[in-house]
Amino acid sequence: MSIFVDETNRVVVQGITGRDGSFHTRQMMAYGTQVVAGVTPGKGGRDFEGPNGTAVPVYDTVADAVAETGADASVVYVPPAFAASAIMEAADAGVGFIVCVTEGIPVLDMTRAHALARDRGSRVLGPNCPGIICPGKTTLGIIPGRMVIPGPVGLISRSGTLTYEAVYHLTRGGLGQTTCVGIGGDPLIGTSFVDCLEAFAEDPDTEAVVMIGEIGGTAEQEAAAWIAANLDVPVVGFIAGRTAPPGKRMGHAGAIISGSAGTAAEKTRAFEENGIRVAQRPVEIAGLVAESLH
Amino acid sequence: MNLHEYQAKELFREAGMAVNPGQVTADAGHARELAVQYGGSAVVKAQVHSGGRGKAGGVRLARTPDEAAAHASAILGMEINGLVVEQVLVCPLEDIASEAYVGVLVDRDGQCPVFMVSAEGGVDIEEVAATNPEAIHRMRVDPRYGLLPHQAYGLAARLYEDPGLVRQAAGIIAGLYDVFVANGASMAEINPLISTAEGRVVAIDAKMSIDDNELFRRRAVAAMRDTASEASADIRAREAGLSFVKLDGNVGCCVNGAGLAMATMDLVKYYGGEPANFLDIGGSSNPDKVVAALEIITSDPGVKVILFNIFGGITRCDDVALGIVEAVKRIGIEVPLVIRLTGTNEELAREILAEAGLAAVASMDEVVERAVRLAG
Repeated sequence: MSIFVDETNRVVVQGITGRDGSFHTRQMMAYGTQVVAGVTPGKGGRDFEGPNGTAVPVYDTVADAVAETGADASVVYVPPAFAASAIMEAADAGVGFIVCVTEGIPVLDMTRAHALARDRGSRVLGPNCPGIICPGKTTLGIIPGRMVIPGPVGLISRSGTLTYEAVYHLTRGGLGQTTCVGIGGDPLIGTSFVDCLEAFAEDPDTEAVVMIGEIGGTAEQEAAAWIAANLDVPVVGFIAGRTAPPGKRMGHAGAIISGSAGTAAEKTRAFEENGIRVAQRPVEIAGLVAESLH
Repeated sequence: MNLHEYQAKELFREAGMAVNPGQVTADAGHARELAVQYGGSAVVKAQVHSGGRGKAGGVRLARTPDEAAAHASAILGMEINGLVVEQVLVCPLEDIASEAYVGVLVDRDGQCPVFMVSAEGGVDIEEVAATNPEAIHRMRVDPRYGLLPHQAYGLAARLYEDPGLVRQAAGIIAGLYDVFVANGASMAEINPLISTAEGRVVAIDAKMSIDDNELFRRRAVAAMRDTASEASADIRAREAGLSFVKLDGNVGCCVNGAGLAMATMDLVKYYGGEPANFLDIGGSSNPDKVVAALEIITSDPGVKVILFNIFGGITRCDDVALGIVEAVKRIGIEVPLVIRLTGTNEELAREILAEAGLAAVASMDEVVERAVRLAG
């Protein structure tokens, strides 16, 4: 099984006519994702041209898209200035699962968007995330479909390209995935490591979990404690940023060591103390997973 | 982006908060005149983006105008945590009866702004948090309602007993929240907030950081950026849209993606080397970005080798290869270049590089090991 989404989800793409939105919509459709609608304010009534002569209706609002097509998940490719509004619009329209790829959204905008999404009962993945892919079923976001294969590993990561690096080695080693989730590099994200772990714990097909964390915040420490108390399947961890200096933002808005808090050493220790094997190098992840499955 | 004390105080004043007077200057003679204006005595404060100004000798009391001039000339040009002091703020001395702390920042766990107040101000608040956490009162703010009047009053009542002082402090706290939101701050702090012998509550220090993601829509605040205090490589990186952090090693790193860039630095260290920088060129394979990245990396004379680590997911490896070839053509690179390209169109990328006399490997470990060896 996959977590959060599967091939039955009907997806609306917010920002479908933009450069990124149109490219990734075609990629998602080619992989098999049911993209049923697009939204670009002012461009309602047109058709978006998908792959192989397919067409996707474009609406002015998410509410219209949901009413006409029954969309139940969305992917947001809207520029930073409007992305928080796009998330709130989707939540208000009753969309239950909202993936936000956009990087660079003002943090105070996200405080309001997360609060509203919580009130409406919508799950937000991201922002500043590559999305989610359920191999062989569906993909929402920008994770390239050809690097994954179905199998028993669940993967959760704060980073995009580091996810690709890890998945590449897993796939080459014949270790397929139930679901790969990029939770995002921002300080305020809608879906945490623990949210993903809870979902993987309910999934009988997930036999091992890979967690890719990085400096900044305490999400990895909380996840480690949750794993020790609740999770029966083995977990392999990796933490990026051992050489990062304190007080400097390392690309991701959330990747910053504040004072002495949020260091890689602290997170690695939390993993190890809670029975999570930690890879020193990305290339070791697949090997540790293979060992833990035997 | 961090603001200087005098800049944050300007924003506080505009919001109607009680702030002590003061003027910024880069001239010791001017500091003397200001001290005269303030009645002879003054406090001279370094304006620099660093904590611990006081401990470093960057904040000094002057009893006479001559002393103010002497302090100003001592502080101007002084280095605090590697940053040169270009300006000082000269303020009148205040008659301090008590010192409190008021701060607001974004709470990652609560996903909302959180206020922290303490009656024990004037000292390092992180130290108070470590040694006497009960002395700090925290309150989360629902971003949809903002800070409500009774909440501001409640926070102020943690600081003072006298109703007059509480009322004044509540006004300052409400003002601080308004300034925080109106300028897209990630942190705003008053330490200390003082009460005076005659019963006034005044902010005599100010600290603010602006969320970089807000700057596109906050022109006035963005214009406050002090580029004089920034390294030229940092300015160049920001203008080119690259995430860059200078480090002390000799292996220059150019990577796509923040997580992979950090992991690459870590791997350099793992193989016994030292990374010269963190640099994320992002998803784009625009040759101009690659050129900018190479210019920034090679501007550091300590760099002995340049390491590319590209995992082409969305980014196409052939595009990046073209960017590298173009960049090498445009700017002469005198140090060895080692390249790793994996993913979308990697074969095509290898051919492009080979034609230009450059080679690429497929594994991250291999390229890092090689870079460390070449860096000696």
